[in-house]
Amino acid sequence: MVGGGEAWERELSTTAAMRLPVRLAREMRDSAVVRFAGDSGDGMQLTGSQFTQTTALAGNDLVTFPDFPAEIRAPAGTTYGVSAFQINFGGQRIMTAGDQLDALVAMNPAALRVELHDLQAKGLLIVDSGAFTERNLRKAGYETNPIVDRSLGDYQLIAIDISRLTQEALRETDLSKKEALRCKNLWTLGLVYWIYARDRQPTIEWLRRKFAARPDLAEANIAALNAGHVFAESAEVAERIGGYTVSGRPRAPGLYRTVTGGEALAWGLVVGADLASLPLVFSSYPITPASPLLHTLAGLKEYGVVTFQAEDEIAAACSAIGASYAGALGVTSSSGPGMALKTEALGLAIATELPLVVVNSQRAGPSTGMPTKTEQSDLYQAVYGRNADSPLVVLATRSPADCFAVAVEAVRLAVKYMTPVIVLTDGYVANAAEPWLIPDTAQLERFPARFRTDADGFHPFLRDPETLARPWAKPGTPGLEHRIGGLERAVDSGHISYDPDNHHRMTELRAAKIARVATDIPPQACVLGDPNGQLAVVGWGSTYGPINRAVADLRADGLDVAHIHLRHLWPLPDNLGQLLRGFAQVLVPEMNHGQLRTLLRAEYLVPAEGLNKVSGQPFRIAEIEAAVRRRLES
Amino acid sequence: MNVIAPPRPLEPKDFASDQEVRWCPGCGDYAILKAVLKTLADVGARPEQTVFVSGIGCAARFPYYVATYGFHTIHGRAPAVATGVKLANPELDVWVVMGDGDALSIGGNHLMHVLRRNVDLQLLLFNNEIYGLTKGQYSPTSRLGTRSPSTPDGSVDRPVSATLFALGAGARFVARSVDTLQKHLPDVLRRAHAFKGAALVEIFQNCIVYNDGVFANFTEKEVAADRQLHVEHGKPLIFGAKRDRGLRLTPGACALEVIELGESGEGADAVLIHDERNRIMATMLAGLEAPDMPVALGVLYCDPAPTLEARVREQLVVAARTPGSDLNALLRHGLTWSVGAWPPR
Repeated sequence: MVGGGEAWERELSTTAAMRLPVRLAREMRDSAVVRFAGDSGDGMQLTGSQFTQTTALAGNDLVTFPDFPAEIRAPAGTTYGVSAFQINFGGQRIMTAGDQLDALVAMNPAALRVELHDLQAKGLLIVDSGAFTERNLRKAGYETNPIVDRSLGDYQLIAIDISRLTQEALRETDLSKKEALRCKNLWTLGLVYWIYARDRQPTIEWLRRKFAARPDLAEANIAALNAGHVFAESAEVAERIGGYTVSGRPRAPGLYRTVTGGEALAWGLVVGADLASLPLVFSSYPITPASPLLHTLAGLKEYGVVTFQAEDEIAAACSAIGASYAGALGVTSSSGPGMALKTEALGLAIATELPLVVVNSQRAGPSTGMPTKTEQSDLYQAVYGRNADSPLVVLATRSPADCFAVAVEAVRLAVKYMTPVIVLTDGYVANAAEPWLIPDTAQLERFPARFRTDADGFHPFLRDPETLARPWAKPGTPGLEHRIGGLERAVDSGHISYDPDNHHRMTELRAAKIARVATDIPPQACVLGDPNGQLAVVGWGSTYGPINRAVADLRADGLDVAHIHLRHLWPLPDNLGQLLRGFAQVLVPEMNHGQLRTLLRAEYLVPAEGLNKVSGQPFRIAEIEAAVRRRLES
Repeated sequence: MNVIAPPRPLEPKDFASDQEVRWCPGCGDYAILKAVLKTLADVGARPEQTVFVSGIGCAARFPYYVATYGFHTIHGRAPAVATGVKLANPELDVWVVMGDGDALSIGGNHLMHVLRRNVDLQLLLFNNEIYGLTKGQYSPTSRLGTRSPSTPDGSVDRPVSATLFALGAGARFVARSVDTLQKHLPDVLRRAHAFKGAALVEIFQNCIVYNDGVFANFTEKEVAADRQLHVEHGKPLIFGAKRDRGLRLTPGACALEVIELGESGEGADAVLIHDERNRIMATMLAGLEAPDMPVALGVLYCDPAPTLEARVREQLVVAARTPGSDLNALLRHGLTWSVGAWPPR
């Protein structure tokens, strides 16, 4: 044992006990950023999600950011085994998971080592001193114990032997010492609940539901939660920091829940298929970080959802195409490397003009890259990444709740225009959560698929003059027997054709059909600011939060800056070029090496500039603010 | 009172599309197309309920020539597309047409999985031991030493057996026939059609341009009877122009051997009786190669099992009994809170 920790703590406790309890008033805060970090086995994701639910119930706005290691069971105590969950919550509109931490909970030295750099000066630092053993310190690369070597002087350090106190709290239960130790995350949660004046009851009820079959475990966890809470209230924590109150945020009336991007996307696909009056067939192959979509949909069989875990990415795409051909809504999903494998199948769906929704949960690349880290570097792949002239529709999700609307829109466009639609989301959006005003599905506009049944004058590539979409004639329909395939087909019969002029015409028609989509989407507006100005920050996907908050802050400081955020990436909105030309400067922050910037330059010949971050981590608000200031103040 | 005449039964020609068939003159595919059209008529197929799915290659042109629904997909992926078709609509009668390169090289993975999953499909594997459409390269079924543009000094890798592959992958129906056997082939296709599950039929097909006569050592008229063993469930494994040879288990070994039968059938009681539910027997039969042994044709293996799509539907039916499964309930399950009277409780 590296000496000092216990003695120091004992001293602190003794001192506290000798003093009269002084209850400081709770300090009001507009918002707070808290990160729970510990070993993979410490239950930090569960702790974070419970804190999220409780915080949502308290009426705060919030955004979360779970950050877990790629290793399934990383060796205990290692820096690469650190699992973290961050939440930003408050009484104002919360746009990101937060730049800097107000409070960090570090359950072991590795978590402290990895996460400390994000804690702001004077920030609250809660550590489990019981886990700061010599062995754990060495694994984390500490030569001396930071709890006692005064290297943490910049922070409000609260070092508590959470391990020991949890075991003591559960001494009366039948749990073994090892089992009891597993409850230390709930003990910690109880402590943090007190600090932020959160209600324990929702978590208590959740534990009773979760451990319905093991009431002893439920009660032990509840006892740990309560013990942590009591400790905070009665011990030096209360005396030293007093706790905080973070007020709720008034919201539009209605029923709310928290939702992750993964859930919202899955539910959006199910609701979208229903709005199109189509059965949903979802085919996928396991890949990080896309698999949760398969898991969620596999659990929705009562809604008629068919899920199929295919033998590979190609079969996943092809079986989804087969399902669409047979009259269902075929959906497939993957991440970058798997999307590459699906490419040929996408060409088939484009050539045969079948509806298909393809979800790409982007991750850091190239190749295997960093599977658990977020990036938005598959824009080129989505828009351009196929052989030949092969246009399709590309949409992007900007936040967890936005995934629902984007999924519904993807289904609408795929069915109406008989085309594949790629939905670009990412690991950050998929795993993050935010409050969501739950829509009434009965109020959503329906867009039922219209299957061709009339044999009179039918051929498979007869086009709707308005949408240029071909008819959807599904097998089983008498009189409409026809053949389609990847070979080029005659514009006026659908039969195989190698005619040069016909191929030119068909290429133009395929492009024109996708271009028509631009007339069926809202004109691009500024999320913040007005058209015409000094600088427009243009983003897409999950950079929405940091861009929006940065632009709001800059505008509050009087800077002439606007925020434009694209949901429809291909085709781009018809008015976008004109809108961009109204600004002296266009800045495009992206978590890639400049893909939307290139696209905007190519399409509109505007001098768009990039702000690029390819670290596997989301943008900080401050980074975007600084980049805008550099341009406007120079 | 008007009596509506029952619809005229469809004839083979009713299943032929209006498209000009464009295989090389003399290609074995013409004979297979003829046998398939006859089978469709024989089984009373309904054109609107029938779908032909193919990959890429000469064989993959097949759907264009059949007056049903047809989907000419991409190289090797026909089984995957067909699986999606059946997941969406299990009522459809789906045929998959593949060549040897399509099914066993680029699409080998899909063939393996469609077989083990037992998707209800008729999987026709046209095996001509060569890549035809790309102009004659050796294929995964080409025999060792095959000379081709890509193997001018002879191929150096050993071929795969379609039927042994299928049995190894867990197929529940494995059969074989020859393009020119216009009585045998439709019989085998009818059996495949009647089978509920993935029915693999390997059809030895002659490529007149790039691999002419590759199966001549057991298909030529003068040798056919002596080199083909037409297996039938419950019947002895006897072959030969004079029906004077049979297969038996080599005493003391796990192997098949040919025995000569006497003029009045002496020794016939030692001949094995074909049991199409016996996978070991099917495997031994599939492994027989001409000219030393007869090539086994017919239904080598047939042992029905539940199909993938039936099991998928079963789970959906069970799940559909869940009460209150409307979409609003889905979005509202778990923790929710109402904002109206601010602040919330």
